[in-house]
Amino acid sequence: MDTTVVNTGTEGKTWGGGNKPLNASYGKMMMWFFIVSDALTFSGFLAAYGFSRFKFIGSWPIADEVFTHVPFFHGNYPMIYVAFMTFVLIMSSVTMVLAVDAGHHMNKAKVTIYMFLTIIGGLIFVGSQAWEWNTFIKGDFGAVQTKGGNILQFVDTDGNRVALRDFVVAEDKDRTAHENKNGLWFVSEGTLPTYTVEEVIAGLESHDNVLVRTQDLNENGEKTVLDRGASLQQLKLNGKVVVEGANLKVNEYGSPLFADFFFFITGFHGFHVFSGVLINIIIFFNVILGTYERRGSYEMVEKVGLYWHFVDLVWVFVFTFFYLV
Amino acid sequence: MADAHKLEILRGLVKFKSNTQKIWGVLILLTIITAVEVILGIYKPEMLMGQFIGMKILNWIFIILTIAKAYYITWDFMHMRDETAALRRMVVWTAVFLICYLIFILLQEGGYIESVYSSGYIKRDF
Repeated sequence: MDTTVVNTGTEGKTWGGGNKPLNASYGKMMMWFFIVSDALTFSGFLAAYGFSRFKFIGSWPIADEVFTHVPFFHGNYPMIYVAFMTFVLIMSSVTMVLAVDAGHHMNKAKVTIYMFLTIIGGLIFVGSQAWEWNTFIKGDFGAVQTKGGNILQFVDTDGNRVALRDFVVAEDKDRTAHENKNGLWFVSEGTLPTYTVEEVIAGLESHDNVLVRTQDLNENGEKTVLDRGASLQQLKLNGKVVVEGANLKVNEYGSPLFADFFFFITGFHGFHVFSGVLINIIIFFNVILGTYERRGSYEMVEKVGLYWHFVDLVWVFVFTFFYLV
Repeated sequence: MADAHKLEILRGLVKFKSNTQKIWGVLILLTIITAVEVILGIYKPEMLMGQFIGMKILNWIFIILTIAKAYYITWDFMHMRDETAALRRMVVWTAVFLICYLIFILLQEGGYIESVYSSGYIKRDF
């Protein structure tokens, strides 16, 4: 443990930091301090998510119905892909800790291989995260937002979700999306939805087997489905905007807050993974160049390892609170 | 440093011969816990849907399993098991105390606002 620590001339003095009560090097201890503060940041975010969820406990989206996609496969597979992502991140934690262990044995070749595998694991995770975001933003079934900001989704008489494209016909429209290059330069507008509310009403009227499902959870923890009359009435009376997918303002899966927290928390975590990958790459090249071999200690790998494991640790909690609970 | 690892997990129930072996053992344990979580999450057994201290029993199980995972990541991957007790307590208790406090306040307040929404009047006027 005497390798990377700079001598301060205070060794052996009680208040000079020389007698090492925690028996850890300066760098490792600072990494632990950083981790504690970052853990508090993340728990602040997750607790805020919990606050909003408890506030809207009777109408919060059901994660199993939101995250159901797996790349290259069609169909309804709730949670399978996130479980895969969790496993990838845990696996890359394992290769990281193996790299640390190889570093303790001063085995440069093994440290190099394990660092490389860790970086690959991190890249797979960030890529999966990007795919997950893309799927979430694009949406699947589409919905109508009411004047009060609630979401009306559509189901058939058996309770299966029906996409807007399955029963609504888009007519020709004169209205095109406003772009600031050919209109008011200080005004911008997002993509216009494929359908208008009137077209959705017409589609609902012509399909007897389609019903409206509201955000509210019934006593079985399922979303309430309105009967035919109430469906039409609710849509005609309150329907305001057609929503396809999700962004920070609207969200076809339910409460906009759900999308906001999803983007914010998984985004913040994804940013941590991304910077972790960058740091790992720097360390990887340092290992190849023999920096730590010359220094006589691979403690830097251990410090970066702490950060990498912490990112994994946070994901374990994000996984639970976003996808399971 | 290298040979100072403590090689027991589950309070000495499983003892490993080397640090590398312990790492793989912990991976197996974490994978089992994750698999249990995913299976419970997909099938949602009816008997675990009852309410217990404000949440479904299933949700409590998820949270406890998550904390168990967090324990093994911190203790074995981050080598907390091998650090001095002072460093361990400094990190763990600070975080645990502050996080419990934060969660309690926010969830309590969220539940209160929900009750105002659902019952339409202020129950407790602070």
